[in-house]
Parts: sequence; structure tokens; C-alpha cells
Amino acid sequence: METIWFWLVACMLVAYVIFDGFDLGAGIVHFLVARTNDERRAVLGTVGPVWDGNEVWLLAAGGTLYFAFPALYASSFSGFYLPLMMVLWLLILRGTSIEFRNHVASPVWHPLWDAGFAVSSVLLAIFFGAALGNVVRGVPLDASGEFFLPLWTDWTPGKSPGILDWYTVLAGLTALAAMALHGALWVALKTAGEIEVRARRVAGLAWWGVLILVALLTVASFRIQPLLQASFTARPWGWVFPLLAVMALLAAGLMNRRLWEREAFLASSLFLAAMLVCAAFGLYPCVLPSNGDPAHSLTIANAAAAPYGLRIGLVWFIPGMLLVAVYFVYAYRSFAGKVRLEEQR
Amino acid sequence: MDALTIHRLHFAFTITFHYLFPQLTMGLALLILILKTMALRTGNPHYASAARFWAKIFAINFAMGVVTGIPMEFQFGTNWSRFAKSAGGVIGQTLAMEGVFSFFLESTFLGAFLFGEKRLGPKAHWFTALLVFLGSWLSGFLIVATDAWMQHPTGYAVGAHGEMILTSFWGLLLNPWLGWQYLHTMTGAVVTGSVVMAAVGAFYLLTGNHQEHGRTFVRLGVTAGIAASVVMLFPTGDGQGHNIAWNQPVTLAAMEGLFSTAQGAPLAILGQPDMDRRRLDNPLIVPRALSFLTYRNWKAEVKGLDSFPPQNWPDSVPLLYYSYHIMVGLGTIFIAVLAISAFRLWRGSLYQSRPLLWLLMMMLPFPYIANTAGWITAEVGRQPWLIYGVMRTAAGVSAQVSSGNALFTLIGFFGIYTILSILFLFLVYREIEEGPEPAAAV
Repeated sequence: METIWFWLVACMLVAYVIFDGFDLGAGIVHFLVARTNDERRAVLGTVGPVWDGNEVWLLAAGGTLYFAFPALYASSFSGFYLPLMMVLWLLILRGTSIEFRNHVASPVWHPLWDAGFAVSSVLLAIFFGAALGNVVRGVPLDASGEFFLPLWTDWTPGKSPGILDWYTVLAGLTALAAMALHGALWVALKTAGEIEVRARRVAGLAWWGVLILVALLTVASFRIQPLLQASFTARPWGWVFPLLAVMALLAAGLMNRRLWEREAFLASSLFLAAMLVCAAFGLYPCVLPSNGDPAHSLTIANAAAAPYGLRIGLVWFIPGMLLVAVYFVYAYRSFAGKVRLEEQR
Repeated sequence: MDALTIHRLHFAFTITFHYLFPQLTMGLALLILILKTMALRTGNPHYASAARFWAKIFAINFAMGVVTGIPMEFQFGTNWSRFAKSAGGVIGQTLAMEGVFSFFLESTFLGAFLFGEKRLGPKAHWFTALLVFLGSWLSGFLIVATDAWMQHPTGYAVGAHGEMILTSFWGLLLNPWLGWQYLHTMTGAVVTGSVVMAAVGAFYLLTGNHQEHGRTFVRLGVTAGIAASVVMLFPTGDGQGHNIAWNQPVTLAAMEGLFSTAQGAPLAILGQPDMDRRRLDNPLIVPRALSFLTYRNWKAEVKGLDSFPPQNWPDSVPLLYYSYHIMVGLGTIFIAVLAISAFRLWRGSLYQSRPLLWLLMMMLPFPYIANTAGWITAEVGRQPWLIYGVMRTAAGVSAQVSSGNALFTLIGFFGIYTILSILFLFLVYREIEEGPEPAAAV
């Protein structure tokens, strides 16, 4: 039962990264692909009607994580206190930037919110990557399953690490590059003309960044977290995930050059999913490794809620997710095709 | 200040600010649905344009509600991790259900409602308004269910390591505390939505702009407002009072400022709790009324604070007393003003009565104060417990988050919410000034 919920939560996080990933990515490449006010409105138009629904995946994944693994939620949210609060502030800045930009037509109003949208998207991508880096690296859990991390210490992933060290910064930059690629492919798919051409060019550049950073991050991860090596040795069929990630990344680059926009975006989605599954597979059954005594690690066994609640949860979760799938199919179908400015408010 | 106080202020400040927005959107969701229904039934485009105007106000408030709501979901873990860890097996259910069932529903169909009127056609557009209404009221239900469990825990057992284990899903969702609290909360939201609508309508009538819409807003606002504010008092307020009287008698004593147990206990209308002398200064009372309201018997004994050990008293009796009295006092004033307005509306003279329109317009901030005071009553009344009778507030805090770190983020929220408030008022004022008939469309 715990294993089922481990993978369900992982799937929700994957959905979050794929969906909100493209609107974060659109923010990251916002100033690179759009120069004029109309072009910037077009970029916002590609995320405007869907970003809120996409961000709900974060809330729903957080809620489901809390429901299934209360001890993990309690420990990690309080331990990562400062960066999470900053994530909240960035989410506030980002939400208001997207929603309020087009309320006032003024040459001092638009650039303000364009900058808010871009800056918050860049920082959020780095924060989320660094967060995943922290989970993979492990944190100094004590016997009661608690910890508290300062923002930085000596920038090395040793026994008393900070949120930021060279490894988690590397993870953050990798996430930034991957989101930029994902977002640029989305913008290319949803726009026409100048922006589309620029977005494809940005995607091409970001692709090289992702390739190099992912290679570095993979090597570093296996050296820092021995659990990964152990998992892939114990269950060698798991190598299919890294293989899938590499193939998807290659495909995304190739299809972008061939102008297969939809396929390139889907390949990028598959790449993100495969990368996250690699991390989840590598850590399983651990959910938050201790970087000291392995006995203090949080696992699906010691972090999960009681069996009755988890069983009842499946009864409402599965129909609930089917409904969500219906909503998303509806929302994206009615939002199909390229964004044209004259249709907007 | 110690860490516990800062963590409490942190939650109190962020939740108070957050709830300024959902109380309007939940109320407006119903009123917009009514406008859309009238548009569909009469075929009159006037109602559709009225709904369109309120949808714009709704959208700004909804965005504020979303961005200030995400911190609430996080804070259980960040600031109250011991509580989150112990209670997660129970309240994780309702919080996760809120994400899965209502947030997706609201966000998807709000988009369709705001952007899809032309494409969808009147019937499908009405349906999206219905779904937004259902999503927001379901969200309210699941959050009130979470609070109701903290007020009156049901359907759980305590496990080997002190963690709460869910033993009955329906025990959690059909908590006897929940029904009245939910209805009381939602009617409170309808009061806010109605009074805001009536106040904006009165503003238009007084300034001579958008007369036809002004009349519609006043008519719907006053009609829905009088219905909701009466239901607020009875049966929902009365029912919620009984919840407290049966399950939290010490809270009832503190709310009412009843320091000593009495048969035929009086109801204090005004007065200041004097905690040193343990009495109410300058009391204005209705003899025996508290006994009657609580037990339907003029002579029944009502337990005063002296019947309970002081360590079980809510830790700020005066705050609880004042917030409760402000809520009840404002609720009474709403009924009076809205009843007079409804009468004049029925007689057809409301739109010409400038003093009454002034009164309606000036009422705008007060439902927000009343709703906030109501929640302070509920949450301060729950003290010193985080989960009533089970876990003390001090035991639930994140012990590893120091007071300095908590103060840092509290100051951060102060700053950000100040900027958000200015921005919000600016944007809403622009929408109201532009009005339901933008110059281009006339």
C-alpha cells in the first residue's frame, strides 16, 4: 500500500513538473523570445488560461504527500523552512504578475510584471531543482526524524550541508535549463511568426545546456548518494529509465530541428518524467535519506499514514484523478491551436 | 517574543489576510450563479452583463485567494510540524481531497467561465458558473471539516507513537460539529458577497452612473443579504452556539464574559472583562437570557469560568469576548439595515432613499470585520488546545524552526501582503469605476 502511494505521489509530482514546467519555462524564456508588448502578451497568452490549473498539481501533490506520508511532510517542510517560504513568496509574485499584467495599459505597468514573471520563473526553477538535489543528497535527520537546514554553510555536500552547496546548485541549474527547454518548446508550439522562430532557437541553445548539465549531475549524483548505485544494482531493469531519459532528450533536440513542434514538446515531457522517475526509483524505498546515520532515514515504512486511511484514500483518489483527467482534456482541447492576439481581451 | 508566539502570529496573520478573499468569492459564486440563471431564464442581456462585471471582481479576488492560500497549505508543515506529523493521518484526508476535488475543478472552469462566454453559448456558460460555485463551496466544506476536526475530533484513535490514526472516514466527514459550522461559515460568505454587491450598487445609484445595473445590484444584494443574515443568526448561529455549549463549555463562558457559574445566567451585551478582578466592568445585561439561549430554560445553570481550572481557559479571554461580541453586534446591525432596505425595496422606494443608500454603501467593510471576528472567536476559543482536548497548541509547533527564522518570514509576509493590499484596492477600484458598461461597449 505504501509503495502504491509512493508512486502515486511521484506521478503527481511528474504531472506538476510537466504541466507547470512549461509555464515556468515560458517565464524563463519570456524576455529571450518576446521583444514587443504584443509579443509578450502572446507569450502570456500561451500560459494565461492554464497556469493556475497547472499550479494546482503542486498543491494537490503536496496535499497527497501530506495525506500519505505525514511524517515526511512534517519533517521536510519544517526542515526546509526558509527556502519553502521563499518559494511561497515567488509563487505570489508570479501569480500576481501573470494575472495583473494586462489589467492596466501603461508603458510602466507592463515591464514591471513582465520582469516579475521572468524573475520568479527563473528563481522557482532553480529552487525546485535545488530542492530535489537536497532530497537526493540527504539531510541531517535526527532520531525523531527532524532537521533544520540553513540556506548555506560551506557550499559542500558534507556532514553539515546547507540548502545550497555546489551539488544542489548544479541540480538547480539543470532544472533551469530543462525548464527553459520545455518552456521554449511550448512557446514554439503555441505561437506563430517571429516568436516561434526565436523560441525554437532558444530551445536549441537550452538543449545543449541540458545535455551537459544532466551529464554532470548524473555523475555527481551517483558519487554523492550511494543509494542510487545500490538501487540500480539490485534492480537492473531500472536502467530502462535513464535510457528512456537519454532517448527522449535526443529526440526532443532532433524534433525541434525538424520543426515537429508537438512531438518535440512531448519528448521533452517524457524526458522530464523519466528523469524524475530515475530519482524516485534510485531512492525507493527511501523518501528522505539521512546524510548521517542511515537508520534515521525516512522511508515509505516509517513515514506513511496508517493502513485504513491509505486504503480509504484509494477509494476517493482514483475517481478524483479520473475527473481531473477529464478536466484537463477539456481545458487543453478548448485551448488547442496557436495563440492569436486578436482573440484576447 | 518566544518562538511559539511568533508561529501563532504567523498563522493568524496569514490566515486572516487570506480569508478576506475566499469569503467574497464563495459568496459571489452563488450570486453570479443567480445572475446567470436570471439571464438564462429571462433572456435579458442585462443580467449577463451584470454577471460579467462581477466575474471581473471575482477574478481579482480569486487570484488573491490563490496566491495567499498556497502559504496556508504549506504552513501546517513549515510552522506546525509536530501537529502535522501527529494529525496528518486524519486531516491529510480532507486537505488532499480539497486539492483533488475542488482546486482542479475551480481552476479549470473558472478559466472557461472567464474566457469562454462567446465560445460556449449561454447554457454551457451557465454550467461553468455552476461548477465554479460547486468547486468553491466544496473547498469551503473540506477546510471547515479540517477545522471542525480540530475543534471536536471524531473518527480517530491514538496510535503507538502518539500519532492520530483515522478509524472512520465518515466519522471525519459527518462530524456533528461540522454541519452548523459549515453552514454558518458559508452564509457568512453570502453576507459578504451580498453586502459588497449592494454597496457597489448603492455607489452607482448615489453617483448617478450605471443606474440600471446599480438597481439590479442593490436588489439582489439586499434580497440575498437579508436572507443570509437572518440564517446567520438562526438556525446556524444558534446551532454553532450549541456546538460550543455542549463541547467547549469553558469557551462559552469566556465568550460571554461569564466569570461565575449562575442559575438564570445573564447575557452580557456590553462590558469589559476585568481579568484581575474576574468580573465584567460596566456590564449591560439581559437577565437570564444566556440560560434561555443555551438551554431553552430561563433558570438553567450555566457554568462560568470559575468552574474550570485556569490552565484550561482560552489564553486570551478578552480577545475572545470582544471578537464574539463584535461578530454578534455587527450581525444584528446587518439584519436591521437589510430588513429596512428590503422593506423599502418591496414598497418600491429604496432606490430614491439616499440616506439608506448611503448606509448600504458604508456597510461595505463590516461583513469582512464580522467574518474575521467570527473566525477569531472560533480559533481563539479553541485555545489552549490545537486539537481540542487532545493536543495543546504549544505541543504542535515546529520546534526546530527558531523564533528568529519565524520572525524573518513573518516580516516578509507583512511586507508582501502590504504591497498586495495596495495593488488589490487599486485594481478593484478601477473595475468599479469602469463599471459594468465599459465605454467601448455602450
